[in-house]
Parts: sequence; C-alpha cells; structure tokens
Amino acid sequence: MTPQSHFTLVAPLAPGCEASLRELLASMNATPGTADPHNSVLPFAAIERLHFARLVLLDDALQVDLDVLGVPRPRLPTVLSFMGDCDGPVHEVLADMVRCAGDGLRRLFAHCEGFVADTDLLVWMQAHDRPIAASYVNWVGRTVLQIKEESALQRALSTTVSRATVSSAAQARALHGELRSFVNTEASAGRLVLTPPMATPLAWQMAKIAHLLAVPLLGLLAMPGLIAFSPLLVYLLRRREASDPVICPRPPVEALGELQLLEDIDVSNQYTAIGAVKPGLFRRWLVSGLLVLINYACRHVFTCGFLARVQTIHFARWVFINDKTRVLFTSNYDGSHQGYMDDFINKVAWGLNLVFSNGVGWPRTRWLILGGARIEQDFKRYQRRHQVPTQVWYKAYPGLSLHDITRNQRIREGLEKTQMSDAQTLAWLRLL
Amino acid sequence: MSASTVDVDDIQGLLRFGYKHQTQASFLLLQVKDRAAACAWLSSVPVNSAVTVEPPPETALQLALSCAGLQALGVAEDIVNAFSAEFVLGLGRDSSQARRLGDVGANAPERWQWGSGQRVPHVLVMLYARPGRLAAFQQLIEEQCANGFEILVTLSTSDMDGVEPFGFVDGISQPKLDWERTRAVRDQEQLAYSNLSCLGEYLLGYPNEYGGYTDRPLLDPQRDPQALLPCAEDQPLQADLGRNGSYLVLRQLRQDVYGFWQFVNAQAAGDAVARERLAAAMVGRTMQGEPVVASTPDLNTFDYQADPQGVRCPLGAHVRRANPRNADLPSGKPGLLAWLKRTLGLDAQAREQDLVASTRFHRMLRRGREYGEPVSIDQALSGVASGSETGLHFICLGANLARQFEFVQSAWLASTRFDGLRHESDPLLGTREPAVDGSPTNEFSLPQAQGPDLRLSGLPQFVTVLGGAYFFLPGIRALRYLASSRAKGSP
Repeated sequence: MTPQSHFTLVAPLAPGCEASLRELLASMNATPGTADPHNSVLPFAAIERLHFARLVLLDDALQVDLDVLGVPRPRLPTVLSFMGDCDGPVHEVLADMVRCAGDGLRRLFAHCEGFVADTDLLVWMQAHDRPIAASYVNWVGRTVLQIKEESALQRALSTTVSRATVSSAAQARALHGELRSFVNTEASAGRLVLTPPMATPLAWQMAKIAHLLAVPLLGLLAMPGLIAFSPLLVYLLRRREASDPVICPRPPVEALGELQLLEDIDVSNQYTAIGAVKPGLFRRWLVSGLLVLINYACRHVFTCGFLARVQTIHFARWVFINDKTRVLFTSNYDGSHQGYMDDFINKVAWGLNLVFSNGVGWPRTRWLILGGARIEQDFKRYQRRHQVPTQVWYKAYPGLSLHDITRNQRIREGLEKTQMSDAQTLAWLRLL
Repeated sequence: MSASTVDVDDIQGLLRFGYKHQTQASFLLLQVKDRAAACAWLSSVPVNSAVTVEPPPETALQLALSCAGLQALGVAEDIVNAFSAEFVLGLGRDSSQARRLGDVGANAPERWQWGSGQRVPHVLVMLYARPGRLAAFQQLIEEQCANGFEILVTLSTSDMDGVEPFGFVDGISQPKLDWERTRAVRDQEQLAYSNLSCLGEYLLGYPNEYGGYTDRPLLDPQRDPQALLPCAEDQPLQADLGRNGSYLVLRQLRQDVYGFWQFVNAQAAGDAVARERLAAAMVGRTMQGEPVVASTPDLNTFDYQADPQGVRCPLGAHVRRANPRNADLPSGKPGLLAWLKRTLGLDAQAREQDLVASTRFHRMLRRGREYGEPVSIDQALSGVASGSETGLHFICLGANLARQFEFVQSAWLASTRFDGLRHESDPLLGTREPAVDGSPTNEFSLPQAQGPDLRLSGLPQFVTVLGGAYFFLPGIRALRYLASSRAKGSP
C-alpha cells in the first residue's frame, strides 16, 4: 500500500510582483480557477502521483479583525502557497516536478522573495514546505493510478454487463464468472490494467505504530495535570466563550461572486480559508492540542472513506502559518458549496467548533462543541468571509466523486474475490 | 407582542392558502414607469391577508417585489442590500448561478422570454378569482396600475384540476406549517422525518429549523417613526422589514408532454400498462398520486427508509429527489452508544444511508399554477402537436433562497450525483447537457432487487425554463412601508 503525503509551500511575494504573478497563475487555467492539466507552466498531468494541487495567494486583509479585539495588528506580507496531495513521499514528488516542470516552477517562484536565478529549485521548495498540523486523506493508500485503473474497469464492466433480472444466486455467480473472464481477456489484450498494490513502506508503518502509541501515552502523562487544573481550564474556556467577540459580517457581494465563479464546474470543488487564532496562550495551546487529536483521529480512525459523518472530502489539511498566529484550512470536496456547508452544520458542527472556535470572530460556542457552526447564518457568513479564491486548482480525476471511486474500488475487490456468498455476489452485481 | 403570536392579518394569504377555490389566476409582471404613481398604488392596493374569511373571497390579490423593483421604487440602497445575497443578485443575471441551477443550454437565461436582460420584472401581481370573475378583476387592476407601471408580461393560467400537464396529480407534498408555534425554539436534532415545519422556514422574522432567525433587513426605529413595521422578535428595538414576508421564486417551465409520453411509450414498447408504470417510476408517484414506494392512505405520510436501494422507488425519481424525507441522522439501534457511533460516522450501515442532506432544512411551499391546453396521453402519442404550449408557472415560497429553492434545485434535482447516482439528473427537469468531462447526464436508473440496475439512456429534455425571477413577498405593513417616502431616505 502506498501512503499519501502532502506539501504546503509558503513563500512571501517579492515587492511589486503580485500583478504579474496573478496573470501567470490565470494563464495556467482552462476555466477560471480550474487548471489546464497540460498547461505550459506546470503541466500537472505529467506529475502522475499528484491527486490534487492548488496555488493560492494569501493576504492579510482579515487581520483587520484584530482591531476589534484591540490587539496590535502586525502587517503580514502576501504569500504564495502551493499545496498538493500525492502518493509516496513528498520529496520524490517534488523531485518529479522539478524534472517535469522546472522552468515553469522557476517562473512562478521568481515572484517570491529571495528566489533568484541560481537558486537550487528543489532545495528551495523543500525549505519552504511548512509542517502540517493535521491532515485528512479519504482513503489512505488509494493511489491516483488505482483510481484511474478502477474507473476504466468500471466503465468496461458497466457497458458489458447484461442488465436482465438475475433470477437465482447460481445465475449471479455465473455472471460474476463471465465478467471475470471478460476482464482477464481485456487485461491480456492490454486494454485494461489493474496494477497490484505496492508493499507498504516499513518506515511508514513503524512511524504509524509509534504515533498510535505515543499520543495516548503523552496524554496519559499529562492527564493528572489536566485533571488537577480542569476546573481552572473550564473556567478559562467558559469565560472566553461568553465574551469573545463574534465577527460575522456579510462578505461583499463582489467577493462572493468571485468565489462562486470558481465553483460547481466539476463534481468536486475546492475550499481554501484562512483566519487568525485568538490572541493569548490559552487559545494557542488549545488549538494546537486539538489539532494533534484531530490529526490522530485522521491517521488512525478516519482512514477509509469518512471523516465522522462526512463522506465527501477527498483531502483536507490544517496548517499553522505566521508563527501560529493564523491557521490555513483547505479541502477538496464533492458536491456544491451550499451542500458542503450544510453537511458541516448538520453533520459535524461539533468538529468544526473544536478547532475553529479558537479563531477570531467565530460564532459563539458553548462548551467548545455546542452552538458555533450550528448558528447557521453567522456561520455561513463567517466561512464565506474567510474563504480565499483558489487561483489555480487541479484534480487528477475530474468527473469522479468519492462515491464513484469507492464503488469502483469495491467492484475490483469483488471481481478479484473467488469466494463470495450469494448475498455478496448479488450486492456486487448491483454495483455495476 | 408575545413571542407565540402570528400576525395573520399582516401575512399575505398565499402563504397560508393555495387559493384553490379561486381556480382562475393570472400573474402580471410589471415594470415601474412612474415612481410616484407606482408608490401611490402600492400604498393603497388591497392585498388579501392570511386571515380566514368565510365564504372565501371572490377575488384575491397578492403582491411581490423583485430587487430591481425595490431599486426602481427608490428604496434606500442599504435596505435593499440587507435582503439575502441571492435576492439582491436576482435570478438569471449571473453565470455561476445559472450553472448551479441547471439554467444552461436550452434553459439559459439569454433565451428566456422574460427575467433576464432588460426584461426583469419589478413587481409581480398575482390575481386569483372564482370561476368567471377573473376577467373583470384583471381589467380593474390593470387600469389601476396603468399610471405607475408598464405590463412586461401577463402569465395566464389554466385550471387543470390539480393535475400537472404530464398528467400527474400535483401539489401533494407540502410542508405543514407550525402556525400554532408548537415547535420549541431551539436547535435540536430530529431523529424522524416530520412534515411539520417551523414558520421561520417560510416567514422571515420567525424562528427557523435551527431555532434561529434568518437574515433580513432590520431598521433603526428612527427610520420608522410611525411604527408602520412590526418590531423584531429577536431584537425588539429594531423594526423588522422582513417579518411576515417571504421570498418567492417564479419560474415558467414549458413541459413537452408529447416528448415525455412518446419517450416513455417507446421504452415500454407501446404497452399501456408498462408505459404508466415506467412514468410512475420516473415521477415516484402514480398518475393518481400514490407514492410508488408504498401504498398509504394519506398520500403525504410515508418515507423511503424501507427502500434504501431504490428497488420500489428509484433513488432518482423526481419526488424522491425533491423531498427525500430523511431525518437528521440515519436510523439505527436505540441507545446512547449506538447514537454516538452513528454521530461519529463509525456505523457502516448508517453511513450507506447518509448521502443525502437532512430534508427539514430544504423544504419549500409550492404555489404554482398550470398554463396552456391540457394534452391527453393519446393526444401526446398521436404526435400531432396542437401548437399551443403547456407547462407550469412554478412558484415556491421560503425564507432562505440559498438553502431552500437553490439547494433543492442544484444539489438534489440538477445534481448528477444525488444519493450516489451517476450519469443522471432529475428525470423530468434535467437539461441532459453532458458534464464537463463529457460524461452523459441523460440516463435514468431503475434498481432491481437482484442484478445490476436497469438503465434507460437518451432521455430528451422534457422541461424548459422560459423565464424566472426572485421576488420578496412582503408582509402587508412592510409593503406599505416600502411604498412610503420613509423607505427612500438614507439612514
């Protein structure tokens, strides 16, 4: 099994470069916001192990909310962020990229501070890769190659299968057998390829086990302290929850229009948002601790098809930037923006509140998980106001939703099984 | 004013009544010609309220304003901009919105007969009358508003006796509004589908299903010194311009009855029984209105829990898409632990039933009327088109355009991935335009108890959007306020 990894390059822009960078980014798109996979700057399709990628400009406009809190507002430079989700280790994929698109990447990063003609591209990229506080992968181990091969398999089977009613289990088994031999024929003729999974890297497995044990162990160590101080911590939290200002004005119509222009073109959409962490050590430590827990859950529990009740997120990440004073959140999801936000409210409002209630201006929460995102109108204004237009967005398998991808995977699993119960065989046929 | 009161005398009657006794109806789409005259008429025109009158009135008038209309009347910019973003943008004026709603191809706003470009209506006047009374009533109203307005379009309607042009009994699934305000005003998970819906889902100024108040224009008291407007329940110091009002969506949908029955007939190889069965599967109800999922004495009391695979009622059937009748959380074993498992997504069986958003946040009150000449199935199959078109003036009411009409239209009806489906959108309303990756959207799947889904392909477009607009159906006091000089001044 090939594990997935993520990169988040963040680099401040050199003075006076923003306009020309925006122009260059726009030139990479086929439609507003959606990358042309073969564009001349960075031909994403050539990086075969890349699932999703995006290039975003992040400014500090929302830092204005710090004025409401009466804390000083440091001016932050606008940064270019280049993010991606890929199969295998990041350094290998970055190296691939340098090989396939070195010139284009140089053109992009030439707009960033400190990047000059003789900068070593790969070293520079690695140096600007930010650590990720928490990341979510819908299905750990599912590669781009697998998704594409299984999609081709599904298309082939779906057009071949007889759609007559199956009257008995024996007939279902016979049908399964026929489809198996059909696939074998297609495979030997080279029309279908089903690459077997690679061995799981030992180091990754070891690291996963170590992480699985280390976090609870550290938690156990911290437990006596946490219990002893819990009345104080609860008091500190509740006092803040009662008085933290809620800042949820309506985003301007033009900003909304700019975001909507980039959405609902394919079955999947992108979301990029940024916000300031509430000032003070309490919130800083709280959000850091909670992201450790979320990362833990994503790494060990939510690894095969769902993040709590949400089954429509391909990849998501939370990244601290600017010395942990801001959090960047990105996701790739299926369906419309409105549907995504309703899922957030109705299915995982508690999970959103855990992290984002530590952000400046979040709708009022109670006991860390209640209220907040459930306050529909405040939440919807907040999330749109904090959303940043994604200048360039790439998805390696347009047209495929997670439901499609998972179904295709089950089709292949069922096809490769020699022993299935009657009920399983019938259920498998329904997938076609 | 106590929190539990409902100002029925301030609410326009359409919210409470379908005006079914007034079988004749006509909708006038007006543009402001003379602002002063327009305001004068709007400040005095008799508008029927939601107070029950016995016997039902001979005629009734309802009135709604578009954003362009508010602007044309000179309503202050900050008041206009305090309405929802979707209303302010309007329908048919934005390519992103058109893409979301499936207003592309033959449905594209550029091709509309009204509602886009220079043909955006300002005011919608809805006239309802008992048989034989409409013509005189309409003439009277047209004369009254002639000074202030120009008639952009007159939409006539036909009484098809509760049956829509394809031949199916229509308007059965309606939410039941909580007029008594018995639902607790709090945010509480609902574990069963219920047809009872909070008033705030349809009326601004009342609590909605989240126990909150939907955004609407609230004004400082000095902008309403005569207290024309009710005060806001949640912010009593503010005047509530939204209270007792609702957003109204009007879309003219042409229905190709010939195309529909000819396609279904061809799929059924000309067999009359199979033809009706297939049509019922596409709609999700028989022509008489029986839900195909289960026979019930009350045509509106059922859900799809016993048919998760869509074997009895296809997952993509029109009424299943439009109202999936699910709860906030998939059902499962009783007990706190089982509930927690489902809430955390750890129950695999529950996850299979968790692809569709909770229905209660996406309901609409439908008040549409048919138009044109009815076409029988035999007529449709004979293939000789009568020349006159037929269809539906779709009207729905709701307090939140984005969460109700736009969500249902885009995420449920137009979506090619509703409930895990593929290559198909709504069997009646779909545009059949291929997806960006070129994959078809003109199929319809019929799951079988055993074996792969049956799939129909090559569905033509049966319904075409010919026009549309978003309106605000104000409370009657709010209407008078908007027509007054008070609404014009800046703060």
